[in-house]
Amino acid sequence: MSEKYDVIIIGSGPAGYVSAIRAAQLGLKTACIEKWKDADGNGVNGGTCLNVGCIPSKTLLDSSFKYHEAKEELGIHGISTSGVKIDIAAMLERKNKIIKQFTGGIVGLFKANGVTGLYGTGKLLTGKKVELTDNDGNVSVLEADNVILASGSLPIAIPVAPVDGDLIVDSTGALEIGEVPKRLGVIGAGVIGLELGSVWNRLGSEVVLLEAMEDFLAIMDKGIAKESKKIFSKQGLDIRLGARVTGTEIKGREVHVTYVMTDGSEKSEVFDKLIVCVGRRPFTEGLLAAESGVQLDERGSIFVNDQCATNVPGVYAIGDLVRGPMLAHKGSEEGVMVAEIIAGHKAQMNYDIVPNVIYTHPEVASVGQTEEQIKAAGLPYNVGSFPFAAVGRAVAANDTDGMVKIIAHADTDRILGCHIVGPSAADLVQQVAIAMEFGSSAEDLGMTVFSHPTLSEAVHEAALAVNGAAIHMPNRKRR
Amino acid sequence: MATEIKAPTFPESVQEGSLATWHKQVGETVKRDELLVDIETDKVVLEVVAPAAGVLAEIFKAEGDIVLSNEVIARIEEAAEASAPTAAAAEAVAEAAEATASGGLINPAARKLAEERNIDVAQIVGTGKGGRITKEDVVNYKAPVAAPVVAAPAPAAVAEQVLEVGDRVERRVPMTRMRSRIAERLLEVTQTTASLTTFNEVDMTALMNLRKQYKEEFTKIHNGTRLGFMGFFVKAAVEALKRFPSVNASIDGSDIVYHGYQDVGVAVSTERGLVVPVLRNAENMSIANIENGIYDYAMKARDGKLTIDEMTGGTFTITNGGVYGSLISTPIINPPQSAILGMHKIQERPVAVNGQVVIRPMMYLAMSYDHRLIDGKGAVQFLVTMKELLEDPAKILLEI
Repeated sequence: MSEKYDVIIIGSGPAGYVSAIRAAQLGLKTACIEKWKDADGNGVNGGTCLNVGCIPSKTLLDSSFKYHEAKEELGIHGISTSGVKIDIAAMLERKNKIIKQFTGGIVGLFKANGVTGLYGTGKLLTGKKVELTDNDGNVSVLEADNVILASGSLPIAIPVAPVDGDLIVDSTGALEIGEVPKRLGVIGAGVIGLELGSVWNRLGSEVVLLEAMEDFLAIMDKGIAKESKKIFSKQGLDIRLGARVTGTEIKGREVHVTYVMTDGSEKSEVFDKLIVCVGRRPFTEGLLAAESGVQLDERGSIFVNDQCATNVPGVYAIGDLVRGPMLAHKGSEEGVMVAEIIAGHKAQMNYDIVPNVIYTHPEVASVGQTEEQIKAAGLPYNVGSFPFAAVGRAVAANDTDGMVKIIAHADTDRILGCHIVGPSAADLVQQVAIAMEFGSSAEDLGMTVFSHPTLSEAVHEAALAVNGAAIHMPNRKRR
Repeated sequence: MATEIKAPTFPESVQEGSLATWHKQVGETVKRDELLVDIETDKVVLEVVAPAAGVLAEIFKAEGDIVLSNEVIARIEEAAEASAPTAAAAEAVAEAAEATASGGLINPAARKLAEERNIDVAQIVGTGKGGRITKEDVVNYKAPVAAPVVAAPAPAAVAEQVLEVGDRVERRVPMTRMRSRIAERLLEVTQTTASLTTFNEVDMTALMNLRKQYKEEFTKIHNGTRLGFMGFFVKAAVEALKRFPSVNASIDGSDIVYHGYQDVGVAVSTERGLVVPVLRNAENMSIANIENGIYDYAMKARDGKLTIDEMTGGTFTITNGGVYGSLISTPIINPPQSAILGMHKIQERPVAVNGQVVIRPMMYLAMSYDHRLIDGKGAVQFLVTMKELLEDPAKILLEI
């Protein structure tokens, strides 16, 4: 039995479900297949982002932040607190409720837009046919004019620290830890490691992050990475760079970790819990039948062009499955682009202006090129920075760590990049991302009226500082 | 404030002129340097432009009237108008997104800069979202120059990006304007012509002997001009073009245009790409003139000083891949021409001559032609004719 769709999407994470909704809005007959199951064996939409990624981690970050704030940060306001406690089970229960709310929300959106939500495993055969094995084991073959692959990614496993789900966990397990570990080890001081490390650090763990690379947050703007490291270290995160884990051993209820530094010295640590978060890899197992013809690239991602088309006509791939930063919103916009292309529109996502955020506190966010990239490209540039310590709103809120950095082309003044560590960095960077979409120069931002007192003023002043016109700080002399 | 418009000072020996054409009427707004009126004299037509922006208030001379040198012929009332760069800057800055004369939008800092630099925003091409004019567009704006020299300009901001992805390095460089243009034209040619290539070969012995025998005398008599092969090839080509007019023709819409002259383009390679300067009326040029002409063009091309005029037109092109070692190739037609001759490397090869195997310096000739216009027989015979002329240069002289 064959049912024909205009589009079949395999995967209902942020890339897949957004694509499905957009396709249906454009009048395409759309089906979206999801294989994720909850504890009761029922199909659940939302993928990594909603179930074990963005949403749960941000929930725990906010809960843990409030606990930390109540315990440690209110004295300066004249507020004394004592006996502040956190019920971990309640915190996790809230997180689970929120997940349910959003995953259920997708079901609602599918219904509202007329997307056929299917549950089971989808496998791409040849000729744009998709084999569906539903959760009861029944196999059927669906036909489509277009197929979009959106099966996402998985945490990378390293043999030296095999995940057992008990003492050694991956990012998924890290969101389910039932009690605060006294000593927490984190392998990988990237985005996920910093966020998860922050959560448990605030709740009372001694956190050590072991990062194999010599540079902290290597892909970020160096100036901001340096400032961020200072701030996180002050918060109590013990970040060890150039530390490559060589082995782990479970002894009783402890994890003994050995690692080697770049100078060759061997070290070891003992933890009560170890989180492995060294990156993620595209999830293609069981996705493509041998005859599907879809090619992978040398890193195991599905090979696609700028419009996310694979080498097989009518087959597309989006999100973590393909090249580019593994960001939910990047996947979503790719999903929109592909849905629009299939519906006959001209669509091209702008890969040059994709903001990204680390949800620590303070947040770290960035859009566009780093200073290092601009220098390597040989472009003449000017930099404007402004510290939150000089922003009225930040001082009033006692949240003054960090700064805004804006980089513009020296000749045309076009904004090339913006990098922020500080309160609400995500939302502030978004303002600059919007300006960049319109070809804004630093001066344009400088000419825009900003409310006072707001955190946004840091963006305004940094933009003015690019051309030596900041008001609330002495301007650096042009070299 | 009223400004007088006067007839210009007439050239010597011209007494008077007559007013030929008014380009503006009373009451019309005029921009500075805009053309107002033509005045005809015996020798030449003189143009009079507005010295300032304003409104043409009064005309004192009508079309056909006699006009004397420097006579007042009209009056302009100067006025500050929307397009005049002296408009109150403060007023313009106050508005958030003001539409430009062309209907496009302009970013705030861009508008400010355009006003400061007296640039008419209607002249600027906006590269921002939806055609918005960004500050970058104003910074990069260059007022149009009278005689455009089409040498590839130094690329404004060649943002070369070096990306290291694991062990593999990639370097991304935006195309220069010249490169994009070349790419565009080449693609167009392959898509709009029925291009085929026919081959033949030339025994260069006769030419090489001729050259060896006379090159010193040639250089002495012709003031240092060196005797190469191009002179002969162009001459042979011209002779063959006369015999096969369709090769010297072009398709224009649904017409075939047979050119009554031979303008032969000679492809010259420069750092920035291939350019084809044209030898005009090559049929009237001597070998020395051809050699000189090519040498001059090559020097100009190298220095980026070829003008548009020197590179447009042409009814036939000769290209030489031989200097780089090419043995055989399929040259691409130079539109709107219908054929192109490719010269190649002269290579000693064993060939059969009168039943004997001898070593001769041979050159493959390739001619790509537009089959829509030139049929196979014509193309082949054209090339055979060239071969025969080159193998026996006396035939060129005798036109046989």
